Amino acid sequence: MTEPSPQRLSVLAARVIDPASGHDGIADLHLADGRILAIGPAPADFQPEQRIDANGLLAIPGLVDLCARLRQPGLEQKATIRSETRAAASAGITTLCCPPDTQPVVDTPAVAQLIHQIAETNGYARVVPAGSLTQNLAGEQISEMAALARAGCPVLSHADRPIRNTRVQRRALEYAATFGLTCFLHPADAALSEGGLVHEGRVSTRLGLPGIPEASETVAVARDLALAEQTGARIHFRGLSTARATEMLAEARARGVQVTADVSAHQLFLTEDDIGTFNANALVLPPLRTEADRKALRAAVAAGVISAICSDHQPHEPDAKLDPFPQTSPGISTLETLLPLVLRLVEEQLLPLHDALACVTSHAADILGLPFGRLQPGAPADFCLLAPEQRWTLTPERMQSQGKNTPFLGQTLQGQVSMTFLGGRLVFKDERDGAS
Amino acid sequence: MNLAAPGLQQPNPQLDAQGNLRHFLTLDGLDRALLTDILDRTEGFLSVARQPVKKVPLCRGKVIANLFFENSTRTRTTFELAAKRLSADVLNLNISTSATAKGETLLDTLRNLEAMHVDMFVVRHADSGAAHFIASHAAPHVSVINAGDGCHAHPTQGMLDMFTIRQHKGDIAGLKVAIVGDILHSRVARSQISALNTLGAAEVRVIAPRTLIPTCAAEALGVEVFHDLREGVTDCDVIIMLRLQRERMTGGFLPSEHEYFLLFGLTEKRLTTAKPDAIVMHPGPINRGVEIDSEVADGPRSVILEQVSNGLAVRMAIMSTCIGTQYLAGQGAERDRPHD
Repeated sequence: MTEPSPQRLSVLAARVIDPASGHDGIADLHLADGRILAIGPAPADFQPEQRIDANGLLAIPGLVDLCARLRQPGLEQKATIRSETRAAASAGITTLCCPPDTQPVVDTPAVAQLIHQIAETNGYARVVPAGSLTQNLAGEQISEMAALARAGCPVLSHADRPIRNTRVQRRALEYAATFGLTCFLHPADAALSEGGLVHEGRVSTRLGLPGIPEASETVAVARDLALAEQTGARIHFRGLSTARATEMLAEARARGVQVTADVSAHQLFLTEDDIGTFNANALVLPPLRTEADRKALRAAVAAGVISAICSDHQPHEPDAKLDPFPQTSPGISTLETLLPLVLRLVEEQLLPLHDALACVTSHAADILGLPFGRLQPGAPADFCLLAPEQRWTLTPERMQSQGKNTPFLGQTLQGQVSMTFLGGRLVFKDERDGAS
Repeated sequence: MNLAAPGLQQPNPQLDAQGNLRHFLTLDGLDRALLTDILDRTEGFLSVARQPVKKVPLCRGKVIANLFFENSTRTRTTFELAAKRLSADVLNLNISTSATAKGETLLDTLRNLEAMHVDMFVVRHADSGAAHFIASHAAPHVSVINAGDGCHAHPTQGMLDMFTIRQHKGDIAGLKVAIVGDILHSRVARSQISALNTLGAAEVRVIAPRTLIPTCAAEALGVEVFHDLREGVTDCDVIIMLRLQRERMTGGFLPSEHEYFLLFGLTEKRLTTAKPDAIVMHPGPINRGVEIDSEVADGPRSVILEQVSNGLAVRMAIMSTCIGTQYLAGQGAERDRPHD
């Protein structure tokens, strides 16, 4: 629960890590009026109302998640902004970007403002809605992007629905570029992915499931890169899944195309084989692909070609997964595994701690164009205290999210958030058994 | 490290704690001994049809529910007859007018039927994995038989085809078998391929245009891929033709039935490169003049109607293996197979 927080606070003897500046060291953190006042010695005449002993804990910026479905408005049987921001706070996430596929779609300022209002009233994290590129996500008429930006949509998106008509896609990117707005694109060719459920490969063949070919992604990436160059738009590929796409991305970035990309954390750990015998909790879009793809995605993260890792959180009610595999809803509830999975990449020596944390803090914030994900004087005091070595088991009972749909249930994870602060306000404190 | 528990490493969901067959969902993961045992048991059931009283009491007192979410005449009636010959009580659910069609979930339908003390569900469904889903949520005493799920599996059809091949060839080990047609969408082909590989066939070939062959077929299914019929059937002992569904023409997989028959239709002329004693099979219903010429379908090599006859005995063998009583050798007593 949130509780009244002091205006002035000192967090003592934490290992403060700021991926954006490279700062890493034991220091005190001093907060005032929702912002970071100083790191290190307290300013003269600073008198904190409260001191927190953070010895042995990491202080890291609050995580910035580029894609989390909160299900409100319209799908409250699955989750609410309140339930999911609470889950986010418990996982050290302080900023969430939600795609526009709510009901109604975020294609008018009214819906964007509604989400902001609910988040501010009930939320435990900042929620920034992505505005829809086209009206009602129908892919036909571009939306009032300027109005959406004014209503607090920092980026535009088409959720996971590809725009079929390339001319509409071009105009949408062109119009967004007028206002310097980044467009989040789900790289999938509509026709090639239509009807598909899983990666077209060994597992789809064995199980007789309709496949989504690698070409669905690479054709879309090629199209969108060409359009980005044509229009001068800044694009962000939301959720790459194939090795070939990472090569195309690297080549385009080297050529100077304004393009960034993220990967969903689970894509760095799971493959098509994890579908096993019709495991509905492994049904995701884009689909889990091959081991070669997984390795290439990891390499792209390590090389900085993919600069952000996100949760792609999709909470579902239990019934959504209680059907024959093709009838179940895709998606995993992933807020609470985002940070542990990122820390596991460090444990597996894929990349240093700083670089891994940057993928979920400063890099992600930069893609959104928001001043979060940093631990620097003057920055909003969004941060969490983390016990990096603490191990815990993911169970439905422990999960804060309303959605318990995850293939990671029963897994032992490492890295336990002890406290989360949002604008200097304590929004989560770990009081579970074994908490530090 | 793979964080999620990979399904491929889970225990076989078809076997109970004692390793006995509880569900019959797919031929993948069933070993050669078990498949051979089913084929051997089938031999014993062939004679039931020739008895004056065409019944055995192996499933007496058991309730078997046919849950056919997809239209089927041949398979459903065969299962129904097989169950009745095993002396079971049979429920045929008309799904189109059932509660499921009125919005009840599949699981609720199952729970209601379980409340009627059903012992076995025979399931046909348009979705791959439907039988697995039902089996994974079935009560401990309930068995599930897959009568065809989407493009995934049709294991009883696969077994009756193996039985038919064994009748004619003596043994499946060492045979060269060609399967011709829409492999991509065929649950029958997947089950046949799995069984043939388990039972030691020397070569399993699939023959079709590229649009009807699934990605990674060779690696995922353990087959050799051919795109030329004459080359593909060369030296084969068995040729299995698959039905070509007409929606494939409108789905962009093929240009026309005419061209398909010209290139992949089985004719006497195209059979000349196969072994002289090669048999021709088809799971039915056949499209004459599309995938097979009438001269072949009705000719001396065709065993298509034998497949239908064998379907009854195979299904009796499988049903009784899952839920039938066992005669205890030397004791003359019947005993229910325990399910944990």
